[in-house]
Amino acid sequence: METIQLLLDGFGVALQPLNLALVIAGCAVGLFIGAMPGLGSVNGVAILLPVTFVVPPTSAVIFLGAIYYGAMYGGAVSSIMLGIPGASTAVATTFDGRPMALKGEADKALVTAAVASFAGGTISILLFTAFAPPLAEVALAFGSPEEFALMLLAFGTFIGLGSDDIPKTLFSIFIGLVLSAVGLDIISGEPRLIFGDIPGFFHGINFLVLAIGIYGIGEILWTIETSKGEVAVSEAKVTVRRILETLTELKKSVKTIIMGSFIGYFVGLLPAAGATPGSIMAYGVAKSTSKNPETYGKGNMDGVAAPEAANNAASTGSMLPMLTLGIPGSPTTAILLGGMVIWGLEPGPRLFVEQTEFVWGLIASLYAANLFALILNIAFIPAFIWVLKLPFTILAPIIFVLCVVGGYAPTQDMHDVWLMLIFGVVGYLMRKLDYPMAPAVLAIVLGPLAESSMRQSLLISQGSPMVFFERPIAGVIMVIAIMLFVLPLIKLVKNRLRGTAA
Amino acid sequence: MRRAELLMAIALAIFSSYLMWESAELPIGWIPGEGPGGGAFPFWLSLGMLICCIWTIVRWFQRKTPESRSTEPYLDRQTAVLFGLVVGALTLMIGLIHFVGVYGAVPLFFIFYMRFLGRHSWPQTFALAFATPVVTFFFFEILLHITLPKGMTEPLFYPLYDIFM
Repeated sequence: METIQLLLDGFGVALQPLNLALVIAGCAVGLFIGAMPGLGSVNGVAILLPVTFVVPPTSAVIFLGAIYYGAMYGGAVSSIMLGIPGASTAVATTFDGRPMALKGEADKALVTAAVASFAGGTISILLFTAFAPPLAEVALAFGSPEEFALMLLAFGTFIGLGSDDIPKTLFSIFIGLVLSAVGLDIISGEPRLIFGDIPGFFHGINFLVLAIGIYGIGEILWTIETSKGEVAVSEAKVTVRRILETLTELKKSVKTIIMGSFIGYFVGLLPAAGATPGSIMAYGVAKSTSKNPETYGKGNMDGVAAPEAANNAASTGSMLPMLTLGIPGSPTTAILLGGMVIWGLEPGPRLFVEQTEFVWGLIASLYAANLFALILNIAFIPAFIWVLKLPFTILAPIIFVLCVVGGYAPTQDMHDVWLMLIFGVVGYLMRKLDYPMAPAVLAIVLGPLAESSMRQSLLISQGSPMVFFERPIAGVIMVIAIMLFVLPLIKLVKNRLRGTAA
Repeated sequence: MRRAELLMAIALAIFSSYLMWESAELPIGWIPGEGPGGGAFPFWLSLGMLICCIWTIVRWFQRKTPESRSTEPYLDRQTAVLFGLVVGALTLMIGLIHFVGVYGAVPLFFIFYMRFLGRHSWPQTFALAFATPVVTFFFFEILLHITLPKGMTEPLFYPLYDIFM
């Protein structure tokens, strides 16, 4: 009951004229960003975060949340129309979306994607509303040892569940943490890692410098390289009759959509997983449980519905740990979390108690964003197709300038702009060699929290590391985290043993 | 690709060692009754970075990573030229901001990028080269009150400040 009251209050916040306008604007911007090949929610949120300094924090997060949502819808557009995923989260949508477009059913695929996204979004927000308050309540009892254990768990998921090269993933985590340590030591106040007294390093490295560098400049460099060739845009004529036809046909996909939503939501909770693997898993499960799996990959509607329901559900899922525990569930929420720190909101379980207006306003805005994204998505299909035809040589310089100005804005120091350029270029070169970038962004956001929670715990225990294992909750989380770190090692040994036995 | 992976791992290993050396300026050991010193966190993490680089180099010699077996070029000729031009232009733009400010550097960047890389028409190029700084000015300077660097063009903005601020 209490939850419903809080949610209603939240709607009071979300439906204020400014916030409602921002939800609609955010959805529209997100849809376009998602529709552009290469750019996804994380790029939109990173590049546009400095722009939100103009409005109060709650409105800013609502705007960015709407972008996150809109981008998940928009990603499907270029997957279907170009056969190029609009964002990594929409990779699985190309498998059946593109064949549908080639069969002349592009409009059907687009409507299916929009409706499935809406259903996935709705189911996941309901799950979110039900799970978040109890989880936040449990988390209220957490002290710094539990916090540290949770962060270790977040990094552990990259090692244990990620599919990337392990030394490179570890390197990415470590460098993010080291970069977060630049500046003044939080406990003694002494400067450290200032690279020969360069004054720009005294205020530390703002996470946005890394995030914009990697997801702004690095991403555009990446897209310039991958989009050299000419692409063919499919045609889609959307009429009300065709939409209604598609809707009646979608009835048989209901089961697939619900299944996709649940998979997406629960995979989305994990920091290392998120929307991309969630949608691919949903596709896989839909195919393997289907009565006629041979039609998948040739333009099956379920093959579009499952991943699209999953990626929207995952984006809501990744917000749950961010709001209740202060641990982001995806790179996009990591940037949102960093933004919250800039806006003076302290992330963590106390958020639910101290900032009810903010938390519930955001949750309510997700309901609104979901609805508006659906409407805008179907209404503006011609506009998205126009965007897809826009040459990248117009978009790229605009985004570059936005990155430069956005990198300058938070600290107003040219030093950070240079640093951002270096991160972008080096990040691009490393990404080409399969170094994953998401762990580094997560690490630079969590770094200061991880270090202070670790050192506070050790101060409490007077230097005994057993403090992380003696408390029941912290102990359990630590054990799971350590297991995730050694999981690949166990796999390796197992493979070796099997190799010698065979 | 093969050579690039090794060179990157070596470069990152050197960078890691440098970070270790830098963080060792603060106590890196265990202070009894207090826990790790101020430099410990970055020091041991940099050591972790170094170990990861060595691990990657070992895997390179064992040819275990896909990159170490790849015969494709790291940057093909076309990409390398494009990459050089774009990064060069970006560097030049940021460098120019110090002298002629954002409002001098951004239009030049647009003219180069759209006209010479994108081969768009002059009217299109000029429209964006003019519109982007104007929008930037109103959004960041007027709405957000963030003063962007202007270099030697600063005096030109005094009348604008008088009107809008």
